[in-house]
Amino acid sequence: MLTLNNFDKAFENRIRLQVMSVLVANESYDFNSLKELLATTDGNLASHLKALEKGEYISVIKSFLGRKPNTRYKATEKGITAFKKHLEALENLIKQQKG
Amino acid sequence: MENKDIYDDISSIKTIMERSVRFISLSGLSGVLAGVYSLIGAGIAYVLIPHYSLITSTNYKVRTDEFYNHPYIAMGLNLILFGVAVSVLILSLVTAILLSARKARRNHQSVWNQSSRALANAGLLPLLTGGCFAFILYVQHHYGIIAPVCLVFYGLALVAASKFTYGDVKWLGLLEIMLGLLSLMQPGYGLYFWALGFGVLHILYGAIMYFKYDRVNA
Repeated sequence: MLTLNNFDKAFENRIRLQVMSVLVANESYDFNSLKELLATTDGNLASHLKALEKGEYISVIKSFLGRKPNTRYKATEKGITAFKKHLEALENLIKQQKG
Repeated sequence: MENKDIYDDISSIKTIMERSVRFISLSGLSGVLAGVYSLIGAGIAYVLIPHYSLITSTNYKVRTDEFYNHPYIAMGLNLILFGVAVSVLILSLVTAILLSARKARRNHQSVWNQSSRALANAGLLPLLTGGCFAFILYVQHHYGIIAPVCLVFYGLALVAASKFTYGDVKWLGLLEIMLGLLSLMQPGYGLYFWALGFGVLHILYGAIMYFKYDRVNA
């Protein structure tokens, strides 16, 4: 039997998983760069970001660049731990299947 | 969870992480063109220096000392050479930005995104420091070591910037630094090392990058 215990529901969605990967690899990332990188639409990305924010996996920093609003996202401690756990779970799953 | 999904997840994590940090639209062709501009610039300098020379001594030190102490020549020629060097730099940067913007459009990226900003941030500090350093040397008449200083600082800028773009840039940077140090040990041959470092190395590097990355995407 495969154990799925450590799988985080929040990362079931590919976009959310990718957002977390970016935020773990970078100190922070802005909305437009994320949108471009993941090739998604405004609405789609915004809803996934909202979900991650609700789970306190990411934090939002709102500021202004001149007159334009600049929204940046950062992974929280909780988010980074959850992401690592999820990766470990993926790893274990692969090991189990091979073994 | 399906087997394939897991592998897909892991590979997408890897590519996205990589792409979020590194700017992958840096144009190889612009490297080749920068090399060509540099060789033309070096060619102009090579033609101008003996032309203005009033002293025929083969001893570089004597020739240049007397030569640069000549008031008209010191002013005029140095300004021309300075202008040539600055033009080569500006032309190279503009070409790099324009061609990278074109490549970015093809990759559906914008040329000014998080990774290219990080690239510019990392590279600009050593580059500007080197520029100021070279300018001060110029003002204080230490002409002989300007070329090595340019090569060394440019190399440092490349190594610093390489974390945010193709890793190959680091090797170009290390070669430039080595060439700069070698040049420092061979006073009087600055122009040759300059042509080698900014001209030949750029053309070689740009061509390698072009065939390695640009053509696949085209």
